[in-house]
Amino acid sequence: MGGFTFNISDIAAMMNARDLVTKKMVQLVEDHPGVCYINSDGTGKSGPVRDLYERYPNRVLDVGIAEMNLVTVAAGLARKGYIPYGQTFGPFLCVRALDQIHNDLAYNDLPVRLIGTHGGLSSGYGPTHNTIVEFGVMNAIPNMTMIAPSDADQCVRMLEASLQWPGPIYVRIPRGEEPAVYNADYEYVIGRAVEVRDGSDVTLIATGTGVYNSLRAALMLQDEGLSVGVIDMHTIKPIDREAIVGAARRTGTLVTVEDHNILGGLGSIVADVLMEAGVSAKLKKIGIPDEFVSFGYPEEIYPHYGFDGAGIAKTVRAFCR
Amino acid sequence: MSRICVPDVPELIEKAGQIRKYLCRCARYAGNVHLAGPLSATDVAVALYYKHLGFDPDDTGNPQRNMFVLSKGHNGVLLYCIFCDLGMYPWEELYENYNRIGHVFGAHPNRKAVRGIEVSTGSLGHGLSWSIGFAHANRNEGIASRIFCLLGDGEMEEGSNWEAIMYAASHGLDSIVAIVDNNQCSASFVAGENIRWNSMADCWRAFGWQVHEIDGTDMYEIDRTLAGLPPVDPGRRGKPVCIIANTVKGQGVSYMMERPYAWHIGGLDDEKLAQTEALIDSYTAQRKARI
Repeated sequence: MGGFTFNISDIAAMMNARDLVTKKMVQLVEDHPGVCYINSDGTGKSGPVRDLYERYPNRVLDVGIAEMNLVTVAAGLARKGYIPYGQTFGPFLCVRALDQIHNDLAYNDLPVRLIGTHGGLSSGYGPTHNTIVEFGVMNAIPNMTMIAPSDADQCVRMLEASLQWPGPIYVRIPRGEEPAVYNADYEYVIGRAVEVRDGSDVTLIATGTGVYNSLRAALMLQDEGLSVGVIDMHTIKPIDREAIVGAARRTGTLVTVEDHNILGGLGSIVADVLMEAGVSAKLKKIGIPDEFVSFGYPEEIYPHYGFDGAGIAKTVRAFCR
Repeated sequence: MSRICVPDVPELIEKAGQIRKYLCRCARYAGNVHLAGPLSATDVAVALYYKHLGFDPDDTGNPQRNMFVLSKGHNGVLLYCIFCDLGMYPWEELYENYNRIGHVFGAHPNRKAVRGIEVSTGSLGHGLSWSIGFAHANRNEGIASRIFCLLGDGEMEEGSNWEAIMYAASHGLDSIVAIVDNNQCSASFVAGENIRWNSMADCWRAFGWQVHEIDGTDMYEIDRTLAGLPPVDPGRRGKPVCIIANTVKGQGVSYMMERPYAWHIGGLDDEKLAQTEALIDSYTAQRKARI
């Protein structure tokens, strides 16, 4: 899949995942009589979701500030044959309502799609509003699928693909405007990584907002004579083992990039895959250190933790030396 | 149409006595089981499964069915006894293979393993939210069916219940009937010893539910209360219903009722089983004589 067309200029189009998700959800509810959309005080005083809420009083719900109820109400609708999408702040969804996710979605094995917003450190509101655990947590829950789209357009592709996916899905999207990774059409398949860029020296396996930053790092390093490949690992579970093993065999050096706690996330999962496959490779994990991060907006926090293009390039440079 | 038809209260009392004995046989043959809680919930469960639910063992997936959500999932053994009694499963599966690898009747009910179980439960405080999902689905499709949700009074300490209680009343989901098996005892405390409700009924009322507080051991009163529920109209928004069924944990077995916390989970030997069955027989006879 080499020669992929992706955005990498400083003027990459900025897109807001939440806005596009809302637009897509309106379309899904209107086009599919089985689709439900449940918010937690996220309906808005006016606007497209409010309009939908008033038009579909039994399919478009708002449970109020009550995430546990959101998850199990969605499970109830799914048990009756619907495909419910539930959306709210990631931390309150995947941490507060984890019992409900574990038992009512995963154990009962029902096709609910949860969309946790403000993923990673993107909220800028400190540890209570950051979500740094969902990759590890969802990976450890049987039946779960865990997805972190790399840009807003991919969120829309994922939502379309999710209509046909069996079992529950947890999706993490960032808070606000993020640069678009792709500027050409491509095939999006849940569970299949996208090889965004070829490289022969090192492969960056990135997810979510890490994909764009990894591409920036790859371009910087290219100017220094390092050939850096980038894989968009949008699906954390089920993980694309072939993509990981293939990259390890090709370059022998892997760097994982995720806006998630360094423990238990994509990097740990990649290490598991390599070990189980009996493939050895050098592996470096870039992520959030195992600490509650300081307050600050993402544009400051990400460089602070070496999570922007320059920071990733610096880590990769040192690792490949 | 269901082939179950046990319309008379004396027959329901007789059936409750049988089910209580089956539960005690589980405690003898299947190993240690949750016992005192299922015993207190038996009368309500029998009134539902043998009459008011319109339960059809041959058609448990009918989209028009009334639904039963066992929020107090640790009482799964009570439903297993009823399902075996209705011929859905052989008794050996319960007595010999309860909670065994590769068999269907686990310590908490699994909907994917046991036909007739609506949702897999075990973690407390989930049933009312499931019921809300069902109620919205039914209302969306114009299905005039009811959702009965059985909870424990100890379980009401879980905060998630109150999210659901608030929501169901706010949205007029009057097809939901919550039944609290108010057996006055959790695994560690008798009612009021630790957490104090002041009045459980007032708590529900304050959230906008219609509350019936009844003697949950009096089959006549249970039957009358369930029969008196107005027909479901999916186009209507009204108050959801809460029935607080006052019971005693271990109901029907005097020595368990005296020390209910000791029989939250229990096992019986042959001698104790014979003694217990005799106690249940005399309890059942007294109950029938009272009508």
